[in-house]
Amino acid sequence: MDRSCSAEVELSFLESLVEAARLLFTSYQALWSVIGLTLQVTGTALAISAVIGIPFGAAIGLMRFTGRRLLVAVLYTGMGLPPVVVGLAVYLLFSRSGMLGGLGWLFTPTAMIVAQVIIAFPLVAGLTMAGIEAVDPDLRPQVRSLGASNVQVVRVMLAEARGGVLASILAGFGGIISEVGAAMLVGGNIAGQTRVLSTAIVLETRRGEFALAVAMGGILLSLAFGVNALLLNLDRRSIWRTRR
Amino acid sequence: MNAVAYALREVTQVYDGRRVLNVGDLTIQEGEILAIVGPNGAGKSTLLRLLNFLERPSHGELTYLGRRVEFPPSLEMRRQITMVFQRPILISSSVRENIAYPLRLRGAYKRDRVDMLLDQFGLARLATASCRKLSGGEYQRVALARALAASPRVLLLDEPTANLDPHNVGLIEAVVQSVRATGRTTQVLVTHNTFQAKRLADRVVMLLDGDVIESGDSERFFDDPQDPRTAAFIRGEMVY
Repeated sequence: MDRSCSAEVELSFLESLVEAARLLFTSYQALWSVIGLTLQVTGTALAISAVIGIPFGAAIGLMRFTGRRLLVAVLYTGMGLPPVVVGLAVYLLFSRSGMLGGLGWLFTPTAMIVAQVIIAFPLVAGLTMAGIEAVDPDLRPQVRSLGASNVQVVRVMLAEARGGVLASILAGFGGIISEVGAAMLVGGNIAGQTRVLSTAIVLETRRGEFALAVAMGGILLSLAFGVNALLLNLDRRSIWRTRR
Repeated sequence: MNAVAYALREVTQVYDGRRVLNVGDLTIQEGEILAIVGPNGAGKSTLLRLLNFLERPSHGELTYLGRRVEFPPSLEMRRQITMVFQRPILISSSVRENIAYPLRLRGAYKRDRVDMLLDQFGLARLATASCRKLSGGEYQRVALARALAASPRVLLLDEPTANLDPHNVGLIEAVVQSVRATGRTTQVLVTHNTFQAKRLADRVVMLLDGDVIESGDSERFFDDPQDPRTAAFIRGEMVY
């Protein structure tokens, strides 16, 4: 009995894969809309996180000041923030009675971007900081002695820490592309408006539409792989061309 | 008579309450090679860091080209001085890019200048090589070529030939002498090697426990040292 049950599940899974492939190659407007919104929300959140997180992480990595250790501890704690808790906080913030309720952002892509920035920012800043700290500290006075301005010193330190900076961006991306809790809470998974791949997968699974869920799972994985491959390739190509 | 590049008056440097350098009166002339000798912990590298404005003196007055140095010094003033550190660090790039780096910092990249330095330092065949794959001697030559790329007014050298083979020592000393021949660059050389100081320097300063115990023209310093500790150091009898 167990064996027949297992065969049934295997058959169902195979059927799902075939159906998933079929769906991918046929016109399915809603699916493309979900993919587009996923890229828009995650891309925007990642860009914002990188723009503020990389300089922030670099500053903490390079500067010594009172309270730095506390700040680092807060940052590391932020790296482990549960997305659903972030979602809850953002939900309360943007709900009608919340501090920013007047903005009317709840259940919009903007609220999802805010939540994802809160999730990705500590990852980007924390790993950038760690990358900067891994660079030989003697490099700093040496580039200064060659005539580097303060900005040029930061640039060369970031360039030397590019492995860590890249890892921070990839970690930030990985942390938000697939998260469900925050996106579901503050976006509401509204079709055509706030439905992204991760929340759509949950919905389709609950509805028993496994083929569609598997198809979207495959797309999500492909997107993650594609972005990672692209960034890694950019890093490899820039090794000799980076102007510091 | 040459103009004065640096003048130090009653300069002291204190780390965590411990005085590591105490220079009563020291003048460095433009265009000369000044060697700073002394045992480990004498304050030689600290003095170089002060001359490079990487540190602010705890007390005293430091003047550069007749102007009292205010901290932080201007970028324009800093860019007249380059330094080769005891343990140089090259950026993770090619040999060519490392040598070009000071020029790029100044927005004054000239391919001809980099090519000339690559040839002068015997690095032409390694121009596109990664700096991670260089030998110790090649690495040090790149560091010196990089420091000279922007034609500095002052070149500070902290043990530039430590742990190098005679071939590389000879090559680097030849470069130092050729720079001296131009008369445009003041060079301050920290070395443990008294023979090297004698070969290269116009004047020599002996530091011991942070104090200048003797200074003078190279010939007089080595042939007729006035302080018995200097004499002991020259003879290699100073044990630390």
